[in-house]
Amino acid sequence: MKKDIILAGVGGQGILSIATVIGEAVLHEGLYLKQAEVHGMSQRGGDVQSNLRISSEPVHSDLIPHGSADLIISLEPMEALRYVGYLKPDGWIVSSSLPFVNIPDYPPIEKILATIESHPNHVLLDVEALAKQAGAPAQASNMVLLGAAVPMLGIKLQKIEDGVRVIFSRKGDDIVSKNLAALLAGYNASISNCNS
Amino acid sequence: MKHLLLGDEAIAQGALDAGLSGVYAYPGTPSTEITEYIQHQQSRRQPDEPVVFCRWATNEKTAMEAALGMSYMGRRALVCMKHVGMNVCADAFMNSAITGVNGGLIVVAADDPSMHSSQNEQDSRFYGRFAMIPIFEPSSQQEAYDMMAVAFNMSERLHTPVLMRVTTRMAHSRAVVLTTDTPQQQNPMSLPENVKHFILLPAYAKRNYAELVDAQPVFLSESNCSPYNSYTLGANPKKAIVACGIAWNYLHENLTPDMGFSLLKVSQYPLPEQLIHQMVNDGAEEVLVMEEGQPVVEELMRGLVPSSIAVRGRLTGELPRMGELSPDSVRLALGLEPTKTLTLDTQEVLAPRPPALCMGCGHRDMYAALNEVAREYPSPRIFGDIGCYTLGALSPFHALHATVEMGASVTMAKGAADAGQFPSIAVIGDSTFTHSGITGLLDCVNSKANIVVLISDNLTTGMTGGQDSAGTGRLEQICIGVGVEPEHVRVVVPLPKNMEEIKSVLREEIEYCGVSVVIARRECIQTLKRHLKAAKK
Repeated sequence: MKKDIILAGVGGQGILSIATVIGEAVLHEGLYLKQAEVHGMSQRGGDVQSNLRISSEPVHSDLIPHGSADLIISLEPMEALRYVGYLKPDGWIVSSSLPFVNIPDYPPIEKILATIESHPNHVLLDVEALAKQAGAPAQASNMVLLGAAVPMLGIKLQKIEDGVRVIFSRKGDDIVSKNLAALLAGYNASISNCNS
Repeated sequence: MKHLLLGDEAIAQGALDAGLSGVYAYPGTPSTEITEYIQHQQSRRQPDEPVVFCRWATNEKTAMEAALGMSYMGRRALVCMKHVGMNVCADAFMNSAITGVNGGLIVVAADDPSMHSSQNEQDSRFYGRFAMIPIFEPSSQQEAYDMMAVAFNMSERLHTPVLMRVTTRMAHSRAVVLTTDTPQQQNPMSLPENVKHFILLPAYAKRNYAELVDAQPVFLSESNCSPYNSYTLGANPKKAIVACGIAWNYLHENLTPDMGFSLLKVSQYPLPEQLIHQMVNDGAEEVLVMEEGQPVVEELMRGLVPSSIAVRGRLTGELPRMGELSPDSVRLALGLEPTKTLTLDTQEVLAPRPPALCMGCGHRDMYAALNEVAREYPSPRIFGDIGCYTLGALSPFHALHATVEMGASVTMAKGAADAGQFPSIAVIGDSTFTHSGITGLLDCVNSKANIVVLISDNLTTGMTGGQDSAGTGRLEQICIGVGVEPEHVRVVVPLPKNMEEIKSVLREEIEYCGVSVVIARRECIQTLKRHLKAAKK
């Protein structure tokens, strides 16, 4: 088993929480993992990404080579497109469809979405709406997105749910259950999206 | 125990498990998390667990000196900084190699090739060589953890400070690390055997320096025998590859058994000459050097192998001259084809998203006022400094005309004023001001320079994530203490509603012929959010 995953978004959106949950799930599976993060200046509202590599064999490089990623998980649609050069030709793009506009020349959102949709292996979701429908706050959008990526991760949903329980346990049962609901909502939306 | 740790955290845990007594550091990407990890561990310390000193230092020089003091007393000390911090502590660092150490002393320099969050990509291995001390450069998070105990032991055994060099991808990448169940106890306090070693009068320093020179063959034999350095003979020994630190990983990402190269892994310096000679004796005709940062090893290699052997790497173009290595650049250097990737036409749908000041940040209001006032003059010059507010150089403010290094805003503004510039304005953050701005301000006072120093005080070290700032609550007193006239130390609150007041204060102080300090004070909105959240709980 080997999965190379690019997590993308805008500084402050919470991509690292996604990585932390996957990391927690993987730690107890006896798998190898490397996860390169971005800290520092670029976190201030700029584009951020994290390289997450999971494998049953030891992982060498902390960075994912071009053409090697199985999956891009992005909390922002334009940011998903920034890393397509890292994706395998048949890799998946799992992205939020909501633009985060903090630059003056943000390209037309229809064109961005159309470009993502031109690649057959994609899941585009309004993660905020799904979080709200699941009774979770907008901050749990990242868990919706993670749930949507679970079918491509090669890790069982139940293991990811265990990860959510551990990572959010400090914040109380209510937060844990809301994040679990968000995760499940993303998972179900992704399954029905892929089947349609 | 298995933990998922950043390279920085592995270093911190390794130091704690090796009986660390104190960590001394000033925040700087990518080194900050080492000290933060130790602070976090200490905040959850049980009463029977040992105390480790871990308060932030004012700058890297004070950190290095305090660590040397801790070592003098026989206890283990760690100093952490980003690469450019090595410049700030260079005086203390270089001389710590001459004094030698009592308790183990490790200096961690976290280099930032590709300048993700820095103004240059200087290679700290030069500093290690300059000081003539051993250098460790881990290739994995596990090695980073393991090396700490090894390096502390070596430091004490050979009475030398040791440099640990990491780069961004090691510092900020997480991996599973196996830690010990039996951490070492801290050293008890003990005085140096020979106190004269720490008195660098020329007569004593000469003797110490001779000892340091004599120790070089010992450092070399440590490298030759180090478990972190290794040489493997390949099926095709004509081609050899030398991979340093994390370049080893990029190499193995691309290596296949059929390539047959001889491989030399380097994670401890001085360079293991014995292993290099073996590589030459095995018939190497071409040596490709892969190293993160500047071509330090590539240059040295040319002096270590016969001139008939072609040494290749960053200087000969096989690898890029600048920037960090990647699995892709190493792949090309090995002569492999690029991997196929997904191709989507993204030209029209992709725009750069540079970092920017947060919405609601006080620096924004400060720049809005400053820009308006500066526009009233034909040729204003505004000298910036290092921090979040450096982003004021970018859109939408375009407010800065220079940014060089910590503290340079004050002294460059002074030099410009000395040259005849008016108005000459420095913009500096509170933490950068205490780090390196105070001495410059004293120069300004002494020559009555006609400048305005605008301290944008957000009560924290913002850029690195909100660490304590050394002068919080005392900036006015510090400025007055240095000699700025009290009536020219002004405080404003950078909020849109105060725009007119801020502008008139700035106008008055620009028009005052002498040293003025204007403090624009409002808490960083990131730390404010955190504080409000904590208060709710």
